[in-house]
Amino acid sequence: METTNEHGRRILEFDDVTLRFGGLTALDSVTFHIEEGEILGMIGPNGAGKTTAFNAITGVYQPTSGQVRFLDQSLAGLKRHAITKRGIARTFQNIRLFRSMTALENVLVGADSNHSAGVLSALFRTPKHRREEDEAHTVGMELLEFMGLASRADELAANLSYGDQRRLEIARAMATGPKLLCLDEPAAGFNPQEKVQLMELIRRVRDRGFTVLLIEHDMRLVMGVTDRIVVLEFGKKIAEGTPAEIRDDPAVIAAYLGVDEDAS
Amino acid sequence: MGVVENLRQNAASSGAAARLREGGATAGRGVRTGLERMHDGWARLPRGARIALTVLLVILVYLLPLIRPPVITTQQIDFGGVMFGVAALALVAVGLNIVIGYAGLLDLGYVGFYAIGAYTTGVLTSLHASWPFFLALPVAVGVTMFSGLLLGWPTLRVRGDYLAIVTLGFGEIIRLAVTNLGWVGAARGIKDIPHPPNIGPDPEPPFGTGGLFNIPALQWDGLVPSLDTGRETPFLVFGAVSAVPYYWLVLSFLILILFADRLVKDSRVGRAWEATREDEDAAELMGVPTFRFKLLAFALGAAIGGLSGSLYASSQSGYINPQSFPLLLSILFVAAVFVGGAGSRWGAVVGGTLVAYLPERFREFADWRLLVFGLALMILPVYRPEGLVPARRTLRARAADKEIEHLEGRDEAPRQVV
Repeated sequence: METTNEHGRRILEFDDVTLRFGGLTALDSVTFHIEEGEILGMIGPNGAGKTTAFNAITGVYQPTSGQVRFLDQSLAGLKRHAITKRGIARTFQNIRLFRSMTALENVLVGADSNHSAGVLSALFRTPKHRREEDEAHTVGMELLEFMGLASRADELAANLSYGDQRRLEIARAMATGPKLLCLDEPAAGFNPQEKVQLMELIRRVRDRGFTVLLIEHDMRLVMGVTDRIVVLEFGKKIAEGTPAEIRDDPAVIAAYLGVDEDAS
Repeated sequence: MGVVENLRQNAASSGAAARLREGGATAGRGVRTGLERMHDGWARLPRGARIALTVLLVILVYLLPLIRPPVITTQQIDFGGVMFGVAALALVAVGLNIVIGYAGLLDLGYVGFYAIGAYTTGVLTSLHASWPFFLALPVAVGVTMFSGLLLGWPTLRVRGDYLAIVTLGFGEIIRLAVTNLGWVGAARGIKDIPHPPNIGPDPEPPFGTGGLFNIPALQWDGLVPSLDTGRETPFLVFGAVSAVPYYWLVLSFLILILFADRLVKDSRVGRAWEATREDEDAAELMGVPTFRFKLLAFALGAAIGGLSGSLYASSQSGYINPQSFPLLLSILFVAAVFVGGAGSRWGAVVGGTLVAYLPERFREFADWRLLVFGLALMILPVYRPEGLVPARRTLRARAADKEIEHLEGRDEAPRQVV
């Protein structure tokens, strides 16, 4: 099921990855790749292994077997923060902001990952420290503006509305300057109209030059925004292709659409 | 429609939860307006006025043990000595606040670092060598910092309660070690630790005061002050006559550390600490090498503890022994941080001040001290969980919150995506 390579090179290769927790096989020899500049959707019913795949990419879990390669280099054994520095950032299915920090500070933490000024630089306010602070603030405010959060920059993350918190998470991940942005159900808890707006936002994120891996529950939304889709079920990849191909794939229809509650 | 309906309900209920939270914050606001207003007023002052006021305040704080204001001044014991203790505990609290308040690492064995600083100074200046104080001080700070790294390297891999228990053990180990090690004086402790160097001529025995000049203290007849020549402080002699110079020295270090603390907190380092405290996994995934930053907080906190311990060792009595560093002191340090407000620099200063000062001021109620202290520690978290002086950002955020509410006319604006 290879699609024509209309985007760029493969930036991430998820190569025959198996992940077991005791007797449970969360991922079973799953293989897929992500191309530069695309939005890859990952769908599947609850428990299909989508978030597990995410965690294998971002270093939260190490694969039992198989390999995750990013920009032609294996991610095996890398610390999680090192993986972020290589250029992979993520959001969380259940929002995990730094709640008692302001919106801006949340984004600054993301931007800080590209910097290296330490205690001594801070103490003596070295040019390096000042340059990096300026840069982080510029990047941070710009991203907040992009997300429509600029007016809330000084508010504590915990005090933001639910939707703003979701968007702040995306801004924070973008601030790390990733080549690959992984969004784990960013529209969870949104009403249909908000979801559509969020998908529009994700498209604009891609247009800024980010490659996006998107986990989403809602089939119709994924169809609208993604370039390609990978379908997981019970830890196995059952289909991969363009939205049109997926829509017509009998395995997907049987496994996923067939049990869609909307149809019942 | 099952799925969509479900999601809609989720969204609705989370919205309600957010409103509930905001409502709670509004209700709590009344209590804090005083502090908030003070802060707002301060921010409105022109820069020059702010600097002038700060300088004035600092001078006042320096002169406090000489002014000996009525009511505040302790009657039964030397006020200068009390103020030394106050400044020393404030310094400790500021250091511990980096560990507990900023990085969120519950360190219950901070007294161990305090002891290492004090003993390093004692060993280098009195017991096994006779270094001058200001040479021993940086070495003591360095040794303590290194001990912080040594302890942190294995232990900072565990979290929360486990770390608390490990550090608790560390404090006790240090105390037991110095009790049993003959090389550091064992139970006898270390005496004749030299004081910091004097400025001006040394005092001539038996009754000379030395120093460049003498500064009299004030005495008060009701609200009428007069000079008290019987209570002079020689400038600047670290001796038996007056404890005030020791207070000045600690206070100077405290001010220095407060500046440094502010610079570090307002930087990438400070943000990394807070992010780690808030959600270690999320911080790690946002590119924060959390272990390294936790270790850094631990080491810097330890260094300040060592600094304070070193100053304590060379204080007026010039004597330390293992009983100077009981477990209770660790608990007191932690209490100082929490009373003031964990994560707040000025909170640590206020907390340290209160915890050191109040028991000395109310010595006549000595039998009740611990009871009152315990009660206060129980009541405080209920009515003021952020401490007496919560972190400034909390105030700022609250102000922004209010402003937005005002702009929105208290109506909830329609939630918009993008």
